[in-house]
Amino acid sequence: MKVHLMYRDQDFDLEQEPPPNREALIQDLELRTLFHAMAQGDRFLYEVAKTAVLCGSTDPDAIRYRQDILRDGLENPAVIREMYQITIESAENKKRRWLGVFSQSPSGILHSSVQMLEMFVGLLKRLRRIADEHAKEFESEGWTTFFRVIEEELDDGYFATVESHLKELKFRDGILLSVGLGPGNEGAGYILGKPHNGKSWIERMLVRDSAAYSFRIHRRDDHSARALGALKDRGLNLVADALAQSADHIDSFLRVLRIELAFYVSCLNLYEQLSELGEPASFPVPVALDERRHSFHGLYDICLALTMKRQVVGNDAAADSKDLVIITGANQGGKSTFLRSIGLAQLMTQCGMFVPAESLRANVCEGLFTHFRRKEDATMESGKLDEELGRMSDIADAITPHSMVLFNESFAATNEREGSEIARQIVNALLDKQIKVFFVTHQYELARGYYDEHMESALFLRAERRSDGTRTFKLIEGGPLPTSYGRDLYSRIFGTDS
Amino acid sequence: MYPMVFRSILYDRIKDGIRREIHEVPPSFTDLNLDQIVDAVTDSKEEYDLKPFLYSPLNDVETVKYRQEVAQDLERGTVLESIRSFAEKMVRMRRHLASIRKLYYKYHREGWYLEAVAAYCEAVTGLARDLCSFDLQSDGLLAFRTYLTDYASSDAFTSLVEETERLKAELSSVKYCMILKGRLVQVRRYEGETDYSAEVEKTFAKFRQGTVKDYRVRLAVGSGMSRVEAQILDLVARLYPEAFAHLDRYCAKHSSYLDETIAVFDREVQFYVAYLEYIEPIKRAGLPFCYPQISATSKEICSEDGFDLALANKCVAEHSTVVCNNFYLKGPERIFVVSGPNQGGKTTFARTFGQLHYLGSLGCPVPGRKAKLFLFDQLYAHFEREEDIRNLRGKLQDDLVRIHAILKQATPRSIIIINEAFTSTALQDAVFLSKEIMETIIDLDLLCVCVTFIDELASLSEKTVSMVSTIVPENPALRTYKIVRKPADGLAYALSIAEKHRLRYDQLKERIKA
Repeated sequence: MKVHLMYRDQDFDLEQEPPPNREALIQDLELRTLFHAMAQGDRFLYEVAKTAVLCGSTDPDAIRYRQDILRDGLENPAVIREMYQITIESAENKKRRWLGVFSQSPSGILHSSVQMLEMFVGLLKRLRRIADEHAKEFESEGWTTFFRVIEEELDDGYFATVESHLKELKFRDGILLSVGLGPGNEGAGYILGKPHNGKSWIERMLVRDSAAYSFRIHRRDDHSARALGALKDRGLNLVADALAQSADHIDSFLRVLRIELAFYVSCLNLYEQLSELGEPASFPVPVALDERRHSFHGLYDICLALTMKRQVVGNDAAADSKDLVIITGANQGGKSTFLRSIGLAQLMTQCGMFVPAESLRANVCEGLFTHFRRKEDATMESGKLDEELGRMSDIADAITPHSMVLFNESFAATNEREGSEIARQIVNALLDKQIKVFFVTHQYELARGYYDEHMESALFLRAERRSDGTRTFKLIEGGPLPTSYGRDLYSRIFGTDS
Repeated sequence: MYPMVFRSILYDRIKDGIRREIHEVPPSFTDLNLDQIVDAVTDSKEEYDLKPFLYSPLNDVETVKYRQEVAQDLERGTVLESIRSFAEKMVRMRRHLASIRKLYYKYHREGWYLEAVAAYCEAVTGLARDLCSFDLQSDGLLAFRTYLTDYASSDAFTSLVEETERLKAELSSVKYCMILKGRLVQVRRYEGETDYSAEVEKTFAKFRQGTVKDYRVRLAVGSGMSRVEAQILDLVARLYPEAFAHLDRYCAKHSSYLDETIAVFDREVQFYVAYLEYIEPIKRAGLPFCYPQISATSKEICSEDGFDLALANKCVAEHSTVVCNNFYLKGPERIFVVSGPNQGGKTTFARTFGQLHYLGSLGCPVPGRKAKLFLFDQLYAHFEREEDIRNLRGKLQDDLVRIHAILKQATPRSIIIINEAFTSTALQDAVFLSKEIMETIIDLDLLCVCVTFIDELASLSEKTVSMVSTIVPENPALRTYKIVRKPADGLAYALSIAEKHRLRYDQLKERIKA
């Protein structure tokens, strides 16, 4: 019995190692804002949202599988939240009632496992009822399979069998063990015998034939009583293990369910906030790894919208069959925001979420890397360029073909000629290895160099600036211009017109 | 031709079989890190007390060859595995015998005695069978095989095996039922009751979610038998009287069974097993080992791709690379003078030289693709010491006292390894002293490695060879740990910062994995 609401054929692993560059991604794309919006103050939702967003899939089919499940979820938010509640109760019951297998002895393990299982059976029955009532309202492959399995596996007959075992395993009639002789003539292979139905088997045994011998331990002989308990434990070892493992399995089923539902609950949370802001959200079209697609309409920086709590400017672009996008233009013209929106949409697409855009179609990538300009290294151990190249070297260690790198004002911490040359060598090597590059730069030499090559596979975008000097925060297609617009900024801040 | 009477797998001649076992660590051990090697080799083999063998370098070429051949046989096919499986059974036997001393109940003790004999029978039969299937080459193992097969086919041994097996089968067919209710225990014969655990497990199987914790409690086994268990066993003996009568008779009859020669072999062969197991992961990491050609007369030594074994053991565990070095001496050459940048592998080179010779003299395979080594009478090492306030001598004086002691004892057949002597004095003094020492060494005509910061020593005589630690031209900060034959140079190169980070176009392209 599997949950499989995140993948068609495997569980979602909350412990999986996020990509090595996660800290850079979180910092550069301001992912904490996104995670907080999804979690709404719940630490568990935060963890799940974070892992899911950072560990997306590269398989468009797997992405569509989740999109469909989420679509169903957006239609039936109450059912999702009710099921999620059951999984939370399981965790809370365990904590509140001190349930769990902490004992060191098989009889203790058996006793606590029976208690755990009795609690789980109650919750599973409720899950069954939800399936009975709501299954027909869900259309996606993931949900249909999930509800069908619940109905098939957890039928009334099954619950009856389980409950009768749980009663039997309290051993009100004594314990029957079969034993062999092992090395050293020590008892070995202690096996719990199956109790017989009908008349108490122990009565039958006790009045039996001559080939039986018995003795009774004196009531003050505690040492022997303990030794006898140890033998009993040998016999119960296997059944205690089987039962404790079963409890663990159900526990882990409910835990997996809790994790996977948590992802959808966090998506519901985010969706509700975007609806309140009146911002659009749509399901993106994921395209295969080796294709080059990137076109979108109204793509906005979701973190900016969530922080400002209002609608923000969206961008359009048609970058299909491009693997180099160079963005130049006015300072504070929305270049970094644009770059972040690209990165955010990529992560959200690959984890199966909706994206902050009216529409988006993009190829998936093997790994997303960001290289943003940082503040001066506080330790002063290395110069700024050294620090930037160090981070680039870390990327080089981790990156593989069909990845994507977002550069923001990188390698500008030296004179323009040298900086451009370093950047050019790095970008060329990446392109040769089928890596998609977005590069925000005000280094004219670098941008111009590529522009003059008239590469088919390169797209040039520029932050728009009206003739009156105001910015629209929209990017338009266009080559680099030799001057940057720092003086605009200067004039606005200093209030003088040059 | 191999000796008709087998005595020892470590010594080819009988007179060598009786020798004092050395328990003191030889003096040069710590400096050469041979102590680390020996500790690691013997680490999991404490019960065999192998250190005396490792502390006793051989002084005749014949015995070295005897051991090299045995070791080569052991490395062939699955010979080593057979020895290992033999040893495991012998270990098991000794554990059982040791445990009996602590047991109280008769049938319990007798049960374990039977297990001990069974382990011994298995060990002997298995090894005799295995050895016959191998194409052995060494005198040592051939002689042992003859001894063992004769023993294994003797009437006494074959009937021991037969009786042991029959009795074990009889006892293991005993099966009974126990009913526990409160303080009442009933025992009777088994009557086909089915396993309830399996049924419970089946019921819950549908929830299986990958692997979970194993809740089976490790219940103490072999830690004696309680009175209750003994009572139960007595009842079981009443249910099955014949089997237990057979056991009594068996124990009385076979009260002594162990063969002395086999017991000695079991210990001595572990010398090889321990060493081969120790170098195994290092070999697997791609580092070469070889059986050196050992000579007591020729000082034309050489090594191809030799390395520091103690260091390699560490590096392999940490997945870092090990640097191999070549060296050779020809004609009148006797002395390596090693100079060059610090941290360049000079000390490692000196240790490698010493280790190779020492390990070679034990008859072991040594690091490297090929080696020709000299069978020394003594191996001396003079490494820099921390100042010792207890001996009241200054550091320089201490250096000189120690070197003097070495030179007084050294013979032309000795090897001396000197690492950075006289660093605590003025350069002029150091040059003078070093030259004096070197002259003595040159006169003695012995083999020597001298790590020094004094370049002049390299060209003192036709007996000296200059070796230099090297650097990467593009990045002087990176060390190659390669020591090569050439005069020293002190070149340093500046390097562009991108290149340092390996981010030039071609470097980066190279780095990105497909």
